[in-house]
Amino acid sequence: MGEMSWSGRQGVTVRAAARAMSDPGATGRFGTYGGRYVPESLIPACHEIEAAFREAWSDPEFRGRLDTLLTVYAGRPTPLTPAWRLSRELGITLFLKREDLAHTGSHKINNVIGQALLAQRMGKERMLAETGAGQHGVATATAAALLGLKATVFMGERDIERQELNVLRMNVLGAEVVPVTTGSRTLKDACNEAMRHWVSSVDDSYYCIGSVMGPHPYPWMVREFQRVIGEEARAQCAAELPVGVPDYVVACVGGGSNAAGTFAGFVDTTARLIGVEAEGGAAATFGRAGVLHGFRSLVLQDEHGQVTEAHSVAAGLDYPGIGPEHAQLRDGGRARYETVNDEEVVQALLCLARTEGILAALESSHAVAWVIRAAKSGEIAPGSTVMLTLSGRGDKDIASIKELL
Amino acid sequence: MTESLEEFLIARRGTGRPLLVPYVTAGVTPGWTDVVHAYAEAGADAVELGFPFSDPMLDGVTIQEASDRAIAAGTTVRGILEEVATLDVDVPLIAMTYSNLVVQRSTAEFCAALTASGLRGLIVPDSPLEEVGELADAAAAEGVDLVLLAAPSSSRARLREITERSRGFVYAVTRMGTTGERGEIPEEATRLGRELKGLTDRPVLFGFGVSSPAQAAELAGHADGVVVASTLMRKLLDGARPRELGEYVASIRRALD
Ligand SMILES: Cc1ncc(COP(=O)(O)O)c(C=O)c1O
Repeated sequence: MGEMSWSGRQGVTVRAAARAMSDPGATGRFGTYGGRYVPESLIPACHEIEAAFREAWSDPEFRGRLDTLLTVYAGRPTPLTPAWRLSRELGITLFLKREDLAHTGSHKINNVIGQALLAQRMGKERMLAETGAGQHGVATATAAALLGLKATVFMGERDIERQELNVLRMNVLGAEVVPVTTGSRTLKDACNEAMRHWVSSVDDSYYCIGSVMGPHPYPWMVREFQRVIGEEARAQCAAELPVGVPDYVVACVGGGSNAAGTFAGFVDTTARLIGVEAEGGAAATFGRAGVLHGFRSLVLQDEHGQVTEAHSVAAGLDYPGIGPEHAQLRDGGRARYETVNDEEVVQALLCLARTEGILAALESSHAVAWVIRAAKSGEIAPGSTVMLTLSGRGDKDIASIKELL
Repeated sequence: MTESLEEFLIARRGTGRPLLVPYVTAGVTPGWTDVVHAYAEAGADAVELGFPFSDPMLDGVTIQEASDRAIAAGTTVRGILEEVATLDVDVPLIAMTYSNLVVQRSTAEFCAALTASGLRGLIVPDSPLEEVGELADAAAAEGVDLVLLAAPSSSRARLREITERSRGFVYAVTRMGTTGERGEIPEEATRLGRELKGLTDRPVLFGFGVSSPAQAAELAGHADGVVVASTLMRKLLDGARPRELGEYVASIRRALD
């Protein structure tokens, strides 16, 4: 599989694409995207984190500690569950990679345990984090408690209202939640505020970014910490499927970390990679190249260059940008990015709950919604196999769902 | 005026007094250009114009508020440049904005537009040495002096490169933090000023948190001058008129001289 020079419908060779998800080097560039657009004050910290990560990532002891925690603490490997009834209904074979079953209820824990170990290795006392849905905030609070670090989480006031349960969880876990009252009061503003705070506390604080965004090395480092999703799923598919590789690999995209980790396991196969964004936050579809939060990528912005607010039912997808590597994968045609609307998402959430007994997060339900639509329209041919990363569980969304029903 | 920002500032420094560069967010009030005139008349050596951006990563609450207000009032880069082109001030004007506005079409087009409107300097705080190459080339080609920031956390090797590649002046960030008014001058500021002065003959100006005439005077003693922003914007947001802002700049001027 891996080495053949397959040229698929998306018109790019497997070999070239495999290079696309490798080490972006010292400049942190993914093609023309990525980079390190931060104030001079933060440059030394970025260099320090890059050096620490490179060293840790090639240190068997660090890797061993991480693997152990992912296994005995976070509950990895997560299962690959056949969606029996939904598959029958749609005429396809659908597998769900169950990140909802990881500790704290989403894939965010994979990245956070990695970064928390790194922060500890670097001698930092506090982790700073931004959060939208609260899942990354909860994961950060959790890992901080586990390793005896402090956690400060920046969260938009609007998200605090709609993700109340996660705010309570963070409080119980001993984290400080700082409401962000500027701009749209959602994830983008929480990122700004976390960056501002980081500049003034860089000596003792580590900024634990929650997705494949931010200045180099974050987009690459977070993808590497999330790669475990794709590698496990690849091995599980190899064991389950007659041909070993699914026809489609699908994941939702906010900043794009669960998708990046998933794609990393399949980028050198014949699988079609599909990222699904919220229609109201679809930077890959409606964005233009720009610079936000320290990296160059596709960004939702008005004709004058002011970044616009993203809107969707899923707080975790309300981000006006997309990780730089996704922008590169899109341009090169190796991955495709689709959008679904709020209505389809709520229906998909209900559908999965009622056919499979799995209550998925609103974010993850975007991926489900696209598969349902594409299977029904015939875009996914009958009989195809689909591997979908179910990034998180929906308990946090119960209050929102109640209002939408 | 055909001299560059740097030539102008060096000549002014040659008269033996510290340099003073006050700031205003373009578009923050309908009469913001009156503020520019008031600054110039009050003895500013150059004026920094903030081009408001939706996500000002390095700005504290005051300049965030000024930016939000300007954007809400419909301020655009093109609109600012049109107004600037009509200004008649006898000191250089310097644009300050974030990368996203600079890369909209191309850095070359942006710099050409600055020159066409008479602006002579540019500061882009989220474009560090690593990312500045193309922009620096474009600025040089258009005769715009691209001012680079130096921070207390910068290594000596970086400070050297910053002083070599900066044009106009070197912007010495007084503290690890965002813009905004502060009570004290940190140790690290004076150390940074000393180090930069030892590395370059280019003017070195302190900025971030210069909050009173006395502070301005004290800092100016460690370099060639100061940029004053948030404290002026706070007064403006609280209702101060251009004339009052001019008087405040004049009081800083007196403290410096
Ligand atoms: C369950 C879940 N899925 C997905 C996301 C989106 O993030 P990413 O695109 O980085 O995977 C979030 C973010 O909060 C989330 O909580």
